Amino acid sequence: MAQAVPTQQRPPLWRDVRVLRLVAQVAFVAVVAIVLRELFLNADFNLSRRGRDLSFDFLRTRAGFGIKEHIISYTSNQSLLRAFLVAATNSMFVAGVGIVLTTVLGIFIGIARLSTNWLVRKMAQAYVEVFRNTPLLVQVIFWYSGVILTIPRIQDSVSLFGVVFVSNRGAALPGIEGGADFSVWLLFALAGIVAAAVVRRYRTRVHDETGRPHYRFLFGTGAFFLVAVTAYLLLGDPFAIQAPEQGVRNYIGGTQISPEFVGIIIALVLYTAAFIGEIVRGSILAVSKGQKEAAEALGLRPGQQLRLVVLPQAMRIAIPPINNQYLNLWKNTSLGFAIFFPELINVTGTIVTQGGAELQVFSMVVLTYLGISLLISLVMNIVNRAVALRGAKL
Amino acid sequence: MRRGLMAKFVVALAVFALVAVGCERDGGTTTDDNGDAAQQGGNLLQEVIDRGTLRCGVNETVPGFGFAEAGEEPEGFDIDFCRAFAAAIVGDPEAIEMTPVDADTRIIALQNGDYDVLVRNTTHTTSRDGTEGLSFAHVNFYDGQAMMVRTESDFQSLEDMDGANVCVTTGTTTELNLADRFAELGLDVTAVGGADNTQLQQAFIRDRCDGWTSDRSQLAGIRGAWPPRDGGPDALRILPDVMSKEPLAPAVLDGEVALYQVVNAVVHGLIFAEELGVTSNNVDQQAQSPDSADIANLLGVPVEEGAAESINHGLGIDNDFMQGVLAAVGNYGEIFERHIGANTPLGLERGINALWTEGGIQYAIPFR
Repeated sequence: MAQAVPTQQRPPLWRDVRVLRLVAQVAFVAVVAIVLRELFLNADFNLSRRGRDLSFDFLRTRAGFGIKEHIISYTSNQSLLRAFLVAATNSMFVAGVGIVLTTVLGIFIGIARLSTNWLVRKMAQAYVEVFRNTPLLVQVIFWYSGVILTIPRIQDSVSLFGVVFVSNRGAALPGIEGGADFSVWLLFALAGIVAAAVVRRYRTRVHDETGRPHYRFLFGTGAFFLVAVTAYLLLGDPFAIQAPEQGVRNYIGGTQISPEFVGIIIALVLYTAAFIGEIVRGSILAVSKGQKEAAEALGLRPGQQLRLVVLPQAMRIAIPPINNQYLNLWKNTSLGFAIFFPELINVTGTIVTQGGAELQVFSMVVLTYLGISLLISLVMNIVNRAVALRGAKL
Repeated sequence: MRRGLMAKFVVALAVFALVAVGCERDGGTTTDDNGDAAQQGGNLLQEVIDRGTLRCGVNETVPGFGFAEAGEEPEGFDIDFCRAFAAAIVGDPEAIEMTPVDADTRIIALQNGDYDVLVRNTTHTTSRDGTEGLSFAHVNFYDGQAMMVRTESDFQSLEDMDGANVCVTTGTTTELNLADRFAELGLDVTAVGGADNTQLQQAFIRDRCDGWTSDRSQLAGIRGAWPPRDGGPDALRILPDVMSKEPLAPAVLDGEVALYQVVNAVVHGLIFAEELGVTSNNVDQQAQSPDSADIANLLGVPVEEGAAESINHGLGIDNDFMQGVLAAVGNYGEIFERHIGANTPLGLERGINALWTEGGIQYAIPFR
């Protein structure tokens, strides 16, 4: 019995799954857009009823207040926008320095947690438990009020060889005072680094071909210093080392570090390093045990096993969780507020008092934190992709 | 029946979207809890009367003006004014709810309707009138920004403080005045700015700061409460330089005309009472038989037995409101002496806060 095969017919539009999905998505987007529009209009309406608006004009007005430390230049005559940027760059600088330091310390703590030495292992464990389990704000205030403020006052500064001073108003170190040709010298220094890299590769090649010890570090450093010193002599004093002096109320000259900066850095680094230490420990344990045994069978010492075989594989695993910790550190810079460090939250409080535009200012704050967080994640993702094993199953 | 459900869902979404778009942009669609007052354009006074309680935004960290001992309600100069307003509006000076607010959030909280009257040593400025939408009543304390230093230091005036590190509270006009005054004098200053007085106190004790700048009244309060183990009040000195004018006044939100007029009238009434010599002790007796027509107008009583009504203010509250106010907190001078006067830890002189007849500038409007 022949039966005609029914041809593929499209169901009616209102029953066609593909059409319904599309319509649902469009409707959802439309609803979200409408809700956002309503929120925005509501804010605008209520603000204008109180004689305020959503403009950003206030950013042009004169700031009128001082910011005691800044990475980019600033005077109280500049605009509120400039003040905002100064505060943002302060926060970023704290985060940058903090991320570098906490990574170094965190890796060290993680390895120490797995040490064969009982004392080292227990001390690392104590460190992690203490710093992980107390609130960061408490730690920040402790380091500042409990430790830094209690060191001798500036009149009683502790001094090392007369060129380094420490007191509760900060530390002063010898600083570099750039002369006329300082930037030219810096270019030469850069060339020196390139030269060092070239020499290093050459020495490695020599070593590979002939088996003679390469001493590549010594040769590389030598090359760099050769270029740098020659450039210094040729240019005739492109910079000078300036030692600080102890004034009555402040240090004069040199490179100065404020106690607030030190306080927030110490607190952030110690706290985040505890978390990074645990991540590193977990990553090292996650590397297949066979790798360590094979490395041992090859005759590598424990330190070499760790450095050459285990750690490179472990850090691959550790990158995404460490990225999280970097983001936490960046956002936690806002706690500098509690110890007078002029970071973003501290200064925006004053900007709001000056300009009165809370909604606009806090939107800017949110976008800044969001933007830099995305930037950090972007960089870490690039690193992650660069070191990922292609097609490997770990 | 998944397809049927899907279709209904899509239809529901579409209907919702249409409704949302079609909604008129009027004040009724989306307002916050207490936006009603602003929405109805200034009915806060009636709302307070109906509610029976006055809510005040106050300070709880400044001795003398608004300070709360641990676990207690705040007390102080400003708090007594809050009681005075409550006595006038709802007839009970204790029918108050105090909301401690700090400098950063006081104005936002008022705009949100978290409280009715701000009486928290707040300076009346043009931008607070304009941008921040406040209406300030008559000044209840003429203050000025000053600098406090350690007695042992050799600072005699601001000129001696070149390069000083100065502790200052952020989010206030104090920071701005500090920068401007030092710039005018051509001196360098490093402002160590924080939000919390207790943290700043730590920094000042430890010599992180050479000076601490704030309103003179606040500095007097901090100095008065300085711990004995750090030297007590004698370890600190307030420099005579006046760094700014800080006229402190109670404030309400723009648009609350009726409430504003009542608050203003109470402040003037307290000053007028001191001018006329009416105190908490003799107010009852004066209400029975007023010594003068002025006193009769102030207290809202007939000039003498059988005379006609003295006055009808038309403020939306009883005309004899000052009786309850004076019985509760006394006149301006009494409030001053009770919290910040010569016999208190603050030990402030009346100075320009004295009556205009006694060398100061406190001057009440007529009650008629």
